[in-house]
Amino acid sequence: MDPPLPVSTSEPDKDIFSGPRAEPLNNPLSETAAEQLKAVSGASSKAKGDVPVEEAGSEEPDDLFSDPLGESGAELETHTSNAPLLDFSEEPPKSDPIKKAASADDYIKKPQKDIFEESTEDGVKAAAAHVGSVAAEKKVLHTDLFGDGVDDDEDKDDLFKTPPGAMMKKPQASLFRAEPDDIFPEAKTEAKPATKASAKQPNNAPTDLFTEEPFTVMPAARAAVKPAAIPSANTSSKTNGLHSDEEDLFAEATVELSLDSPRNDRRKRDAMKPSEPVPCPSTSTSSSKPQPKKLEELEEEEKEDKFDLNISVTNPEKVGDGMNAYMAYRVSTQTTLSMFRSKQLTVRRRFSDFLGLYEKLSEKHSPNGYIVPPAPEKSILGMTKVKVGKEDLSSDEFVERRRAALERYLQRVVSHPSLLQDPDVREFLEKEELPRAVSTQALSGAGFLKMINKATDAVSKMTIKMNESDVWFEEKLQEVESEDQQLRKLHGMVESLVNHRKELSVNTAVFAKSVAMLGSSEDNTALSRALSQLAEVEDRIEQLHQDQAANDFFIFAELLADYIRLLGAVRACFDQRMKAWQRWQDGQNMLQKKREAEAKLLWANKPEKLQQAKDEIGEWEGRVSQYERDFDRVSATVRKEVMRFEKEKTRDFKKQIIKYLQSLLHSEQQLIKYWEAFLPEAKAIA
Amino acid sequence: MTSISQDGDRDKLRSVSVDLNNDTPLLIDIPDALCERDKVKFTIHTKTTLNSFQKPDFSVSRQHEDFIWLHDTLVETEDYAGLIIPPVPPKPDFESPREKMHKLGEGEATMTKEEYTKMKQELEAEYLAVFKKTVQVHEIFLQRLSSHPAFSKDRNFQIFLEYDQDLSVRRKNAKEMFGGFFKNMVKSADEVLISGVKEVDEFFEQEKTFLLDYFGKIKDATAKAEKMTRSHKNLADDYIHISATLTTIAADDNEAFKSKACISNVCVCVQKLEARVASDQELKLTELFRYYMRDIQAAKDLLYRRARALADYENSNKALDKARLKSKDVGQAEEHQQQCLQKFDKLSESGKKELTSFKARRVVAFRKNLIEMAELEIKHAKSNMSLLHACIEQLQSN
Repeated sequence: MDPPLPVSTSEPDKDIFSGPRAEPLNNPLSETAAEQLKAVSGASSKAKGDVPVEEAGSEEPDDLFSDPLGESGAELETHTSNAPLLDFSEEPPKSDPIKKAASADDYIKKPQKDIFEESTEDGVKAAAAHVGSVAAEKKVLHTDLFGDGVDDDEDKDDLFKTPPGAMMKKPQASLFRAEPDDIFPEAKTEAKPATKASAKQPNNAPTDLFTEEPFTVMPAARAAVKPAAIPSANTSSKTNGLHSDEEDLFAEATVELSLDSPRNDRRKRDAMKPSEPVPCPSTSTSSSKPQPKKLEELEEEEKEDKFDLNISVTNPEKVGDGMNAYMAYRVSTQTTLSMFRSKQLTVRRRFSDFLGLYEKLSEKHSPNGYIVPPAPEKSILGMTKVKVGKEDLSSDEFVERRRAALERYLQRVVSHPSLLQDPDVREFLEKEELPRAVSTQALSGAGFLKMINKATDAVSKMTIKMNESDVWFEEKLQEVESEDQQLRKLHGMVESLVNHRKELSVNTAVFAKSVAMLGSSEDNTALSRALSQLAEVEDRIEQLHQDQAANDFFIFAELLADYIRLLGAVRACFDQRMKAWQRWQDGQNMLQKKREAEAKLLWANKPEKLQQAKDEIGEWEGRVSQYERDFDRVSATVRKEVMRFEKEKTRDFKKQIIKYLQSLLHSEQQLIKYWEAFLPEAKAIA
Repeated sequence: MTSISQDGDRDKLRSVSVDLNNDTPLLIDIPDALCERDKVKFTIHTKTTLNSFQKPDFSVSRQHEDFIWLHDTLVETEDYAGLIIPPVPPKPDFESPREKMHKLGEGEATMTKEEYTKMKQELEAEYLAVFKKTVQVHEIFLQRLSSHPAFSKDRNFQIFLEYDQDLSVRRKNAKEMFGGFFKNMVKSADEVLISGVKEVDEFFEQEKTFLLDYFGKIKDATAKAEKMTRSHKNLADDYIHISATLTTIAADDNEAFKSKACISNVCVCVQKLEARVASDQELKLTELFRYYMRDIQAAKDLLYRRARALADYENSNKALDKARLKSKDVGQAEEHQQQCLQKFDKLSESGKKELTSFKARRVVAFRKNLIEMAELEIKHAKSNMSLLHACIEQLQSN
């Protein structure tokens, strides 16, 4: 059950359950059995004056979630401030819908079953029987639940307004009562569509719900996701005392349930079921005591998450013949994230699928100011070569280069916290067959439209004169632009480095051959031997140069190329912000015009049109404020995204450059080895 | 004007010459050289115990043309026909670095100041290297002469070393140049003609095929080595550009690129090392090949002279037969035949000696250079490694 479980320490639990169990019916609120029970536990924690419970339950969650949820709405805020325990239990279900979107039903059922099985072991079979029936009831009474929730909400609000003295006891109790109806139905709404298996709805539902604060809620969700992955059994085994109490609790509950009306019964279930995810996060949070560190923790966790999701693109394979041929890549995902169907996912995707994914993502997210990582560019020339089917070096190189680029692209996408949540991404990684992405073809009608759009965008960009209100953006944009230039220059140079190294490698090979010839015609045996050894050394060095050239290219040049494209995306997000601003300005102008028109009408004394004008003004005022909000939101997102991008960039560069230097180091080591092997040969010449 | 003092590079410069100066009564070096426009003035310093010189220690100033004159007189001296005459040093070539410098000046606007300075430094270093190399080959030429028992007593050589005025060697005029060219043509045509002459001595036969073969190969190897070092230098230049760009990016004091500042430093160091690897390769390997290419040419010339003598001898034999047949001028023909035979025998004898010593010398020189090159490569790679290591550690720590 919710209240006890957050308190992972075994002793307070005992207090809660053993103490007041006898007096459920004496409870002042005495509504339903379920409520009673909760009230009891709440009350008991109060009555006993359990300090650990208080603190664990009240303050910690407050710190935990007041931050991320702060923006989510007035109602929630009251909850967080006044009723920490509510938040606490509320939090996990919040995260539930998100991670459960794909398999919400399964998710709920499984842990629940576990628990009930546990309880059946002890002979309480009624509980197990309920599990099934509850699932059915859920649907039927779904709407009721909502009504209930609303009622309870009001209830609770009232309760909060009660004098502080009473609050100590009552609100807590009521909160527990309110919470299952209030919150879990919400969880259910998510779960329901999922069971109906209507393809899109479940996915959209959570996003809709949380689009307003993707950032604030998401981290919270993440926090929950991880611990939730741990089987619930863990918690019970971890805390020995808790286990038996749980049984008791269930036993009691089931007894009551059997007596209760189905409605209560169902409610009870509701309360219990979603409570399952609760123990895990709560135990983890309560065990990691320093809650104020929350943000850092989340960040850390975010980082860890990245390792939880490992994507590789392998096995490029040509499918088909002639001009219709294409390359298919195997996209394998290894993950412990519960939002995916399984831990190992493997699908085959072709290049245009990747492009399609990018199109979808950029359509959805870039207007909001997100930096959507760009997919690798189409290369008609390179692909034609592959299509023609010449198995030469350059086409192999092309395929490998593209494969690596695609892999990096996907890794970038999933490392973005909000893009990872996108249903399309998941679909891309999971679904066996994807509808063919048509709009990605360069010569298609869609491509043509895109080109026109781009052109108009460019024109409008030139015409928009934005008087920047925020210096930060101005400076950043400038920074980004100069960086772009520098990177381009650097990229050109690294390319020429690669070319020169390749040239060197070729020349070394030629030289090696020539030395070998010289050695063969040398008549001094020792010298001849040394020369052929030298030829061998040069041969190896040639290989070394070749490898190093590949390293130059794949580690360094491609990194730069990626970032040049990414900087393009960054600029695009600045453009989006500008567009939002432009919309807002246009709206203001429009409003101004409408007002002027109204004034004119007023002066001309035309009351019949006046009303219409007033309506329009009202409408436009709404729109303008909407646009302004949009702009602010986009600005905030852009700012956040740019920060994130920079952090990512620093890390990426550091990682890649270390890798690059290590590759250089390795070649030097090899070089030393070769020459050291050669030295005695040279000395042996007599 | 460039002036260099060579003391630091003494041992390096000797590498190709294979310690010719040991225990000789004649010690020659070029401690200094002065470059004015396209003329290079070498200061030639001689230390001697020979009585034929007026002083035991003296210096003179000579130009490249004086060297050519000396070489030509040696070639023309009949007595030296049986010897491998040390190859004349190539004309100082400062064209390519100059041209590059010019290009750099033109491209100044497109580069950052830092980059420009670095490129300039690099070119100056290259120029200096070319300069040193030029001095070195001239020195080697003289040292080989001085170490040779016959050449060291040559009057012209002694004059070259001792005469403290300008030798005022007349430049070859156009006619002479053409004449030289024509002579070369005749010589190569002659070579083809007399190649049909049956070789009497197996040693020379072998030597000839070997040298011809070897010459072709070494010429090829030289060209390839040159190409290789050139691309290596290009590579080093790329590092300059990269490091310069990295520095500018780092200068934008973007936090993300702070680490890049140190990478740019590493790039500079890597570049310096790569450039050094390239120039060392050039010095040790390419120069070696180049020198021996010329030396083999000289040996080939010796063989040619011998073959010529052989042909002459056979012709004189024929002439003698004819004279005997006609019983006319038999004595004269006999004498001529005897002369030719003598000359040929002498040439064969000294040629054999020369070629054997040439072989030994070549092997020793190759050994020395190869060892040195391998050692230098290892040294550079090691310092490169420690550099990279330090950088990686620095990166990982911050």
